[in-house]
Order: sequence, then structure tokens, then C-alpha cells
Amino acid sequence: MAEITVVEAVNQALTLEMARDQRVVVFGEDVGRSGGVFRATDGLFAKHGAGRVIDTPLSEGVIAGAAIGLALAGWVPVAEIQFLGFVHNGFNQVVDQLARVRYRSAGRFSAQVTIRAPYGGGVRAPELHSDGFEAHFAHAPGLKVVAPATPYDTKGLLLASIRDPDPVLFLEPLRGYRQVKGEVPEGDYEVEIGKARVARQGTDVTLVAWSGAVQVALQAADDAASQGISVEVIDLRTLVPLDAATLAASVTKTGRAVVLQEAALTAGFGAEVVATIQEEAFFSLQAPIRRVASPDVPYPVQMLEEQYLPGPERVLEAILAVTRE
Amino acid sequence: MKKAAPAAHANLDGVASLQMPPMVRYLDEDGELLTQEQPMSDEMALEGYRVMLRGRRFDERSVSLQRQGRMVTLAPGIGQEAATVGAAMAIDATTDWFVPQYRELAGQLWHGYPLRLAFLWHVGHPLAFQVPGDLKMLPFQAAIAGQLPQAVGLAWGLKMKEDPGVVLAIFGDGGTSQGDFHEAANLAGVMKAPIIFLCQNNGWAISTSVTQQTASETLAQKAIAYGFPGIQCDGNDLFAVYATVREAARRAREGQGPTLVEAITYRLGLHTTADDPSRYEPRELHDLWVNRDPLRRMQLHLKARGVVDEAALDRMEDEVKDELRVAWEEAQGEPAPDPDFYFGQVHADRSPRLKRQLERFAKDGLG
Repeated sequence: MAEITVVEAVNQALTLEMARDQRVVVFGEDVGRSGGVFRATDGLFAKHGAGRVIDTPLSEGVIAGAAIGLALAGWVPVAEIQFLGFVHNGFNQVVDQLARVRYRSAGRFSAQVTIRAPYGGGVRAPELHSDGFEAHFAHAPGLKVVAPATPYDTKGLLLASIRDPDPVLFLEPLRGYRQVKGEVPEGDYEVEIGKARVARQGTDVTLVAWSGAVQVALQAADDAASQGISVEVIDLRTLVPLDAATLAASVTKTGRAVVLQEAALTAGFGAEVVATIQEEAFFSLQAPIRRVASPDVPYPVQMLEEQYLPGPERVLEAILAVTRE
Repeated sequence: MKKAAPAAHANLDGVASLQMPPMVRYLDEDGELLTQEQPMSDEMALEGYRVMLRGRRFDERSVSLQRQGRMVTLAPGIGQEAATVGAAMAIDATTDWFVPQYRELAGQLWHGYPLRLAFLWHVGHPLAFQVPGDLKMLPFQAAIAGQLPQAVGLAWGLKMKEDPGVVLAIFGDGGTSQGDFHEAANLAGVMKAPIIFLCQNNGWAISTSVTQQTASETLAQKAIAYGFPGIQCDGNDLFAVYATVREAARRAREGQGPTLVEAITYRLGLHTTADDPSRYEPRELHDLWVNRDPLRRMQLHLKARGVVDEAALDRMEDEVKDELRVAWEEAQGEPAPDPDFYFGQVHADRSPRLKRQLERFAKDGLG
């Protein structure tokens, strides 16, 4: 198997699915001739032309909204939002419209739509290019929210998302785009939506993370191991629907949990994870669950980025704290 | 080398307004034809009148039932029947899509939406939103102009499939202030999407008059910015709306792209049953538009041409009354939705998490 990056995994999935399913259309800002600002759609335009790989006007609202209409016309749209931070221009179309197609039509229509968006900090991007806004979308019934961390999961989950009969917001780890490499089969495979992954087995503490933060979690687990603490790292992979069973099984075993979330603390998705763990495994807990997150300030510009993003040191501190309690 | 134009055009006085095509009209306020010929047969005009009447009486009956506490808050389309029915008549229900906001019921009835479902809509039954299987129509849309990006996607998708269908997307004057309208119009222009944007300018967005909604002289002229034609028509004149939308549909079908049609009409009723227009609507303005009632106008026209007489009109009233009675009875006979209905409308499958919520819901009736 070849070792590739996350963004190459995205490209492989799109290339494969466009060839397999003639209904798939890829569109968004700069996805055509330029191949996307991160080259995620590189080569698709040359293969399929402007009929199926379409540069759109600069409008997140109409990209998301038109995706619904294209799906109703029988296409399988895969739309790119260049950076998740800008999707709020189309918030109504994603959250109030796309997520509700099945509900609003009482089952007459569904929207087999995938919206891909890179997100997350740590790559020294300008304002709004780095914010962790996943929680805004996890709170919209009808929308599945997928957030892989590795190239293998990115390819398998993207294929599963495009084939899912319902809308999926597919969040790609911007920090992992080129930094995270892994072995990926060349052929067709799916990773099931709604299933978390045990990224590392452990016995003392459960550490939960997703997307770009999984690498931080693995680093912190290494650091903890050198202090004799065995950390089990759970990579959620899918935020909605949340895999409560995997969380419960792990915490039942370890009795301790730390939840790592790159986004600002308050009302972040980590809070949902904490609440779920205490619902599912309260009597196994030997210490209060800890959250590690960014402070409740808007995402800082480049010079202060590293100070705000939760790094392995802060995660290790939390791990040590829950093992002491 | 080209000579540069003299830099003498910085004086902007008097360049605010645009030359627009004249407003399309066929009938005057007393139903007299202003042109040589009407754009449809007498039979078709009579059918159009019948559906306008059906819409009117449905709305009147619904408001009355709502006042008795038997219906939920609803938005009647009284006074706007020609705009929606005329537009619906101009497209082909077998190939073309009708994309409503929520004040287009009369036109939806023409397109094939059943009266029984219309009643279910107003009692808050989810089946009203389940557009019948073969009907090319999207469900009602509460978010103003939220349907427009979707309608453009649909039209663009039909074009890419070389499907003969076109899309009729309806919204109001207030909708033209929304980003969704502008973003949708822009994309439609770029993609040459086969779509007719029908703006029902009924004068009011709840209590905000159209003069407070925009500084544009017309709503139709907004199309110019997006590179396709905009045109006004008399929205209380069934013939004018029909002829204008028919032309727009022809352009769309022939690959010439979108058209924005501004139908000038007036909301003779309420924004919704929760609204009190006496707080903001000048009485004289209302009275002026009562005289321009689209049903009255078509009725006068049909009588003057000898298509109907008083007896035939009375019969039609009775027939419509019967249809409404039957549909209302059918609607009342519709079983209430299962309490867990919406658990099945989230995704095609149910996640383990939702299944557990459903178990709890079934057990103690709580979410």
C-alpha cells in the first residue's frame, strides 16, 4: 500500500467516485481548472471537464443551496466550501435547508449531498480560516458530521459520505492535509459513518479527540506512557451520529476520561462527549472528566496561534490530573 | 493604440433610473381587453378563473376555521390569485417544477397540489408537506427566499441532464432583500439556468412597505445586474401574468436562461392570521386595490364575452363550495400522524443514538 497524505486521500476518493458514478458532480470555488486551493480536486477537471467539475461564483450560500436542487434533479453533488469558517454565509442553506430536506418534505425528498470543508487551526492561516466551528453543525438534526483524522479514514469515510442518501458535512483536517501520512489502499473501500476508532489501546485513561487534534492526542499519549500512564485514544471520526458505545466501552474499562477539543471551550462538541460519557459510564468513573480546549476567545492571528491551541503539554496535564484524582 | 475616453463622466446627477420594458397588461380594471386578442382560449380562461375562485374560497374558509380555533396560523393569498394561477398555467405540470414560498396556494392547486393536503397544511399535519409522488413541486418554505438557491440548483441540474423541464420559483417583494435571492439570481445568470423567478410584489412584507424594502424603482430591474431580463406585469391580470411567464418559460426552455418577472399585485388579506393590517395599512390604499381584485376583473371579462352568465357563476360557486366541503371532510378523516413520525424523517436509517431516543420517547412520551 502506498503512503499518502490526507489531501491526497480526498483526491483519491473523488477521483474514484467520479469514475464509478456518473451522477457525481464536484463544484465550488476554484475546484475546476486550479484543482482547488489545496489541490484536493486536482486532475478532476482534466478528466471530466467543466460539465462535472464546476467553478461556481463566490457564494457559500448558493453552493450549499444549489447542491440541494442538483440532488433533487438526480445528481450526486459533492460541494467544496473552501474553508469551514466561511460556511456561515450559507448557514441557512446548510442548517435550515440541506439538513431538513427529508423532514420538510415528510420523506418525499432526500438530499444525497456531501459538503466538504477543510477546517481547524495550526497552519498559520488568516482569520476565519482556522476556526473550529463543528459544533454549530452538530446541533442540526438531519445533518451528519464526519471529521476524520487519517488518510485511510478520510478516503473511506468520504466514499461512504458521497454514497450516503442523506447530507453529510465532511470536515477535513486542515492541519493534517499534508502533515499526516498513512497507508491507504488504492481501491474502493468504505469506512462506516458513525463508528469511532480506537487509535491506541490503553488501560488508565480514555482520551477523546477528532480531526486535527487526534495527532495532539497521540503525542500526549506517548508523553504519558513515558510517565507510566497507559492512555487509550479514541478518534471519533464521526461527530453525528456519535458512537456512544465505543466511548462507553472505553471509559468503563479505564474509569477516567479527558476530552480534547481544538475549538473554544463553551458549548463545544466536547461538552456533548462529556455529557454522553457521564450518561453511559457514570458509575465507572473514578474522577471528574476533564476538557482541554481553546479559551473562549475568537481564534487568534498567526503570532499567537500556538499559545491558544491546546497542545500535548496541556493534554498531558489533564491526563495527570485525572489520574491523581 | 486606442484612444482613451475623455474622463468627463464623473457627474452622476440623473443616472439613477433604468429604462425598463413597459409593464405587461391585457385587461383594464373593469375586465376590458386592452389588446386585440387574449393570450388564451375562453375555455382556458374559465378554468383559470375557477382555480382562482377555488383558492379564494379556500383561503376565506381557512381564515374562518382559524378564527374558530380549528386551524393553525396561516398566510392567505387573497388578492394574489391571478399572479400565482397565471404563472402556473404558463408552465407544463408534466415537465416543469413549481417551487413555492408559502402564499401561492391557488397556483399550486392549478399545478396539481390537492385541496385535501392544503387543508392538512393548515391543521399542522406533516402529510401536507409530503408533495405527492409524481408532482413536480417543492414543499412550502418558511425561510424567505430560502428556496431560491435550491430552485436554481434544480434548474441547473435539469439543464445538465438535458431534461426539458423548467423551474418556476415564487417569492415576494421582501424576498428581494435577502442574500439568498441575489446569490441565486447571480448563479442562475452564470449557469443560464432554465428558471423563472416570479416575484409577487404584493406591496407588503408584513408591515414593511415595498418602498421601505428597496430604493430600486422596480424589483424587476434587479435582474439587469445579474445579466438577464426583468419585466413587470400586472399581477392582478390573469392574462398578463400568463403571457409574461409563458414567454419567460419559452426563453428558459430554449436555453436562453433565467427571467425575473415582477407581478404587481396586492395582499388584500392578512400577512398571516396573527397579523393586524389596520396598524399599518392605509384604508384608502386597501380600497383602491379592492377595485383591482383579480377575480372581479376576470369575472367581468368572462361575462362581457358571453363565456359565463350569472347562473353559470352561481353554479361554479356551488361546485367550489362542494369541493371544499369534501376536501375538508377528507382532511378531517385523515388519521393523526404517529407520534414518532419525525423520527423517521431525519435520515434514511436511524442511528443507534436516535433509536435509543425513540425507545425513551415511546416509553414515556418525552424527547
